[in-house]
Amino acid sequence: MQNHAHDKELIKKLNLKAVRVRKQIIEMLYHAKSGHPGGSLSATDAIVALYFHHMRHNPKNPGDPDRDRFILSKGHAAPALYAVLAESGYFSKKELLTLRQVGSILQGHPANTRTPGVEVSTGSLGQGLSFGIGVALAGKLDKKNYNVYVLIGDGESEEGQVWEAAASASHHKLDNLTALLDRNMLQIDGCTEDIVGLESTKERWAAFGWNIIEIDGHDIKQILDALHEADSYKGKPTMIIMRTVKGRGVSFMENNVDFHGVAPNEEEYKQAMKELDETEKKLMED
Amino acid sequence: MEKINPRDMYGETLVKLGEKNPNIVVLDADLAKSTKTYKFGKRFPERFFDMGIAEANMISVAAGLASCGKTAFASTFAVFVPGKVYDQIRMSVAYSNMNVKMFSTHAGVSVGKDGASHQMLEDIALMRVMPNMKVFAPSDPFQTGRIVELMAENYGPMYARVGREAMYPIYQKNELEDMTIGRSITLKEGEDATIIAHGMMVREALIAHDTLKKQGVNAEVIDMWTIKPFDAEAVLKSAKKTGRIVTVEEHSIIGGIGSAVAELLSEKKVNVTFKRMGVNDTFGESGDPSDLLKKYCLTSEDIVENVKKLM
Ligand SMILES: Cc1ncc(C[n+]2csc(CCOP(=O)(O)OP(=O)(O)O)c2C)c(N)n1
Ligand SMILES: [Mg+2]
Repeated sequence: MQNHAHDKELIKKLNLKAVRVRKQIIEMLYHAKSGHPGGSLSATDAIVALYFHHMRHNPKNPGDPDRDRFILSKGHAAPALYAVLAESGYFSKKELLTLRQVGSILQGHPANTRTPGVEVSTGSLGQGLSFGIGVALAGKLDKKNYNVYVLIGDGESEEGQVWEAAASASHHKLDNLTALLDRNMLQIDGCTEDIVGLESTKERWAAFGWNIIEIDGHDIKQILDALHEADSYKGKPTMIIMRTVKGRGVSFMENNVDFHGVAPNEEEYKQAMKELDETEKKLMED
Repeated sequence: MEKINPRDMYGETLVKLGEKNPNIVVLDADLAKSTKTYKFGKRFPERFFDMGIAEANMISVAAGLASCGKTAFASTFAVFVPGKVYDQIRMSVAYSNMNVKMFSTHAGVSVGKDGASHQMLEDIALMRVMPNMKVFAPSDPFQTGRIVELMAENYGPMYARVGREAMYPIYQKNELEDMTIGRSITLKEGEDATIIAHGMMVREALIAHDTLKKQGVNAEVIDMWTIKPFDAEAVLKSAKKTGRIVTVEEHSIIGGIGSAVAELLSEKKVNVTFKRMGVNDTFGESGDPSDLLKKYCLTSEDIVENVKKLM
């Protein structure tokens, strides 16, 4: 297992990227006056680690057949993906403030036919892992060595199709496929444990034949180590269970189910930006 | 000529295409022996994926394969695709504009004894309404092969449906070479009435044509195998000529070619007398295919009767 413990500079850089992406998310949602802050903020660190360090990808050639693929199955976290794609150079950052407006390349949920860098349209939960299986199968068929990363929500994994995919991926021994579970314990109507208990998540995925890694989904070093381990694991797909906090980084959004799908108002926007600015400042001084 | 099962033609055409095109992959959902995709699986095991009884997963996996440059054919019974997986088709395939070809079998009441649970009568309506989707229903075995070729040659989401039954050939193979998506085939020219059909009903329409001819009625017969894109031009031309239209299909009268023709003619203000034949907003039932087609008024005799009523 690669140890990123000594890559202090790298981790600082990625943490800074993450806080800047969080600021972008708040800006975008405030401008759009709608969208999903909670699940975007909980997924930010993983997406940042993938795009700014782990994945091989080329913003100048989004269709590169050898690229690693990221699939945002929980499509409502689109703002996090858009901020990262813009920062990577897939399109101009100016586009970010057009989110959810008529004619924008940035739809409320990811649309591959509109946005460079988006692999497939999502928004109806439960389909991304299956899509990832198709990409992984094609990779094996064509003897390519790209990897496929699919981010799913914990509420999302109540969908039956996720378990069809879980069985299918291990049956095909897709070790080029890694799922990341945003385990923030919340969905729309409340706590996942009150709606459809997912407490034995780890055992379930293991029973379906997956290699399991459990991490703190906001610890960049742990994310990088887990991704590295997932890539080198042979014979099984890997599930990285990321313990996360919905709304991470903005105090009044954290663990607050009311910020699943509601944009900040002006006062909330100012407060959120102030907090994120402070976090950014602290990181830079470190 | 002998009957040939369009499903066999599908399986064999897949093999033929697979020999030429290494990017063709085929998926099935534990019905490969019925849909005949097993033929492809035997020839190209590495490019064949039996996804098991998990149709939702199959459709999204097909989309993933397609996103990597594969031409992904996915097959099962029409009740399951599109019936069970509308949302997967909508988002992973159609909205994402992936090169996925859904070829479903066992459409219509002529499935027979398995009953209504297995007799899909709503699939054309479901797929017609889907943006980016093309929809085909072959009327004979050779046309089935040609449609599968066209599906492989042209980019984009497509759906084709055949029944369970073997079909008598209507066409010679070489007649079909210049078949083009969006262009129907006028099989008989006539000036008294127009019969527009797809699938198994095309042969019934041809038999009806012969009966009518003996009674002094000259019916035009159009094989509307390309349901979407729909051949509006052919329908308008024929409607203006004959002024009488009967549509007939082994599908609900809601949402199929009957609806497509009605939408077109009313919008274009073409004044015709008009009858939609199809299953009248009900489920099918178990029985012998020919008994069921009689019960649901989908025989050549029923077509003759309906044409005469318009005269
Ligand atoms: C098939 C489907 N059903 C319902 C919804 C509406 N919906 C959007 S987000 C969401 C909750 C998702 O919860 P989770 O997967 O835990 O996401 P996160 O907590 O990371 O935001 C729901 C029910 C949907 N998008 N798709
Ligand atoms: Mg959640």
